Amino acid sequence: MAEYAVELRNVWKRFPGPGGEVVTAVKNVSLQIYDGEFFALLGPSGCGKTTSLRMIAGFELPSEGEIFIHGRPMGKTPPYQRPVNTVFQSYALFPHMTIGENVAFGLQMKGVDKKEIARRVAEALEMVRLSGYEKRKPKQLSGGQQQRVALARALVNRPEVLLLDEPLGALDLKLRKEMQLELKRLQREVGITFIFVTHDQEEALTMSDRIAVMEGGVALQVGTANDIYEHPNCRFVADFIGETNFLDGTVAEVDTDKARIDLPGGVSLWAHTPQRVAVGQAVTVTVRPEKMHIRPNATDVNQVTGYVTDIVYIGTDTHYGVVLSGGQTIRVREQNYSAESRLLAREGEAVCVRFSIEAARVLTE
Amino acid sequence: MIQHIRENRRLQGFLLILPAMFVMVTLLVIPLTLTVITSFGQRDADGNVIYTFTLENYWRLLGFTEQGWDDLYLRILLRSLWLAVQTTVIVILMAYPLAYFIARSPEKRRNFLLFLVLVPLWTNFVIRIYAWVMILRSQGVFNSTLGAMAGLLNVPFQPLDLYPSQTAVLIGMVYEFLPFMILPIYTSLEKIEPSLYEAAADLYANAFRTFWRVTVPLSMPGIVAGTILTFIPVIGTFVVSDILGGRQVILVGNLVQRQFLDARNPPFGAAASIILLVMTLVLTLYYTRRFGLGEEIAAG
Repeated sequence: MAEYAVELRNVWKRFPGPGGEVVTAVKNVSLQIYDGEFFALLGPSGCGKTTSLRMIAGFELPSEGEIFIHGRPMGKTPPYQRPVNTVFQSYALFPHMTIGENVAFGLQMKGVDKKEIARRVAEALEMVRLSGYEKRKPKQLSGGQQQRVALARALVNRPEVLLLDEPLGALDLKLRKEMQLELKRLQREVGITFIFVTHDQEEALTMSDRIAVMEGGVALQVGTANDIYEHPNCRFVADFIGETNFLDGTVAEVDTDKARIDLPGGVSLWAHTPQRVAVGQAVTVTVRPEKMHIRPNATDVNQVTGYVTDIVYIGTDTHYGVVLSGGQTIRVREQNYSAESRLLAREGEAVCVRFSIEAARVLTE
Repeated sequence: MIQHIRENRRLQGFLLILPAMFVMVTLLVIPLTLTVITSFGQRDADGNVIYTFTLENYWRLLGFTEQGWDDLYLRILLRSLWLAVQTTVIVILMAYPLAYFIARSPEKRRNFLLFLVLVPLWTNFVIRIYAWVMILRSQGVFNSTLGAMAGLLNVPFQPLDLYPSQTAVLIGMVYEFLPFMILPIYTSLEKIEPSLYEAAADLYANAFRTFWRVTVPLSMPGIVAGTILTFIPVIGTFVVSDILGGRQVILVGNLVQRQFLDARNPPFGAAASIILLVMTLVLTLYYTRRFGLGEEIAAG
């Protein structure tokens, strides 16, 4: 068996647009998804993540490039001959069939014998905790229950890969959190590769082994949640995942893996450089708010000064808005360690914001 | 007075249904009651109705006459029923692909296509049926086209004897009721979530199986509504059979019409129409029980 459950090799997808122009939804995307992995395609709407998923399912065919499932090129294989199943955003349960009939549908189409179908349907419904709902119609179930039927209907076929298109999009926040854990549990239980499309970065971080961040049809970065959060490779990824500060400046001095960056207003700071930079190059430095401190800390090399413009207390943290001498606004997040955590500064007060070299990261794109 | 109406919701409801109720009572309930009463009556030598209570008209319709067994009227009833069944089945088979095509056309084109379906209805019904006489008669468009083709191919050609005939009546009925089947089927097909087709494909169903397991069951309300809209008018029609069938094709509708207008035997005509009514009700009730009530009647 091939190493990858799914591989996209230089895949392009072009659609005819409404005005006759060509819309390129997916641009030269190459992805390798490992067997048994929980993989997320993350990005804002229109980034090409759903189109990519639909190409794996076979609902769309790539304009260029090839998709492999366990090493087998899919070519023009129609959806009903692909070893994958999909959980649709709208669930797409057959309204004229009972829950039992919905779940049995795929097995019937495959010609599995009746006894086996009955056994596996019961097993699948038990897995999603819906035993006893066989005779109901989809309309009689709540959104969360319908979602679980959709999961059972797909998983009962034991696909090589399960594709999920924003499956939690229609659920309210609390149910969503529950289903995130539920999905994770199911995936561990069945050991099937899950490919999951979402625009919710928190959801992707919570659930996935690896994430591909997509924008404008391009897969910008692929990595673990930690990789993508701590080592974003471009401005879009840094901005899309979590909250961050951007400081634009020019490279003044280059060391092996760090550089001194001059910011407007006569401030300079040292930042980590994952890519090679040259003196005089215009770059952006990103620093996560929780890695900046107003609290005195001797080990932090970088120090910038500014005035506090606003303070937001949100319980676990207090957020400070600070305007630097160069005019840039940054946000600093201080964790409230103890109940007595006092304010570290007042509005209008001059403060010194500190952070380490590792916390600051130079982005060239 | 106004104040009184404002405060009384029951009175408001009553006032709102009053016009419709007036029409229903004067144009349906009263005539129907009169028909039922007449159907138990007799006719004197001058053609006047004598109101008595006799089942003679019904017995005669069912074949038991004073002269013995005669299935003339039963055959008329069965012919009407058979023609209605044939028409409905053919109309479903013709309307479904067209409705499917329209429902899967780009959204902008759909309204135009539906408009085309409705265009023929702008012409008077009787005129449209007469047009079929022009087409089907022995010197008509159909036969002369066939004749010309036969001439080109140098084969002998005998004009087809299509008009007047039961086939001509069937063609006329199918033509007349096609739009009434297309619209409700279209409505129910158009409502089907496209992701359901994808879900079926995802669950290993090819196009053929998707059609039978998903498309057809979900368009059943449209088929039921279209069937009701077709079957009931067809079984009682007399205009199409009169024009396209001539004296050859007598249906219950023609029987009723002739008993009232030509034979001057209203009690017998009334009995025939009551039998038609009961037959239609029984069949419709059975059909809707079996396949569910067409939810699309209003939309169609």
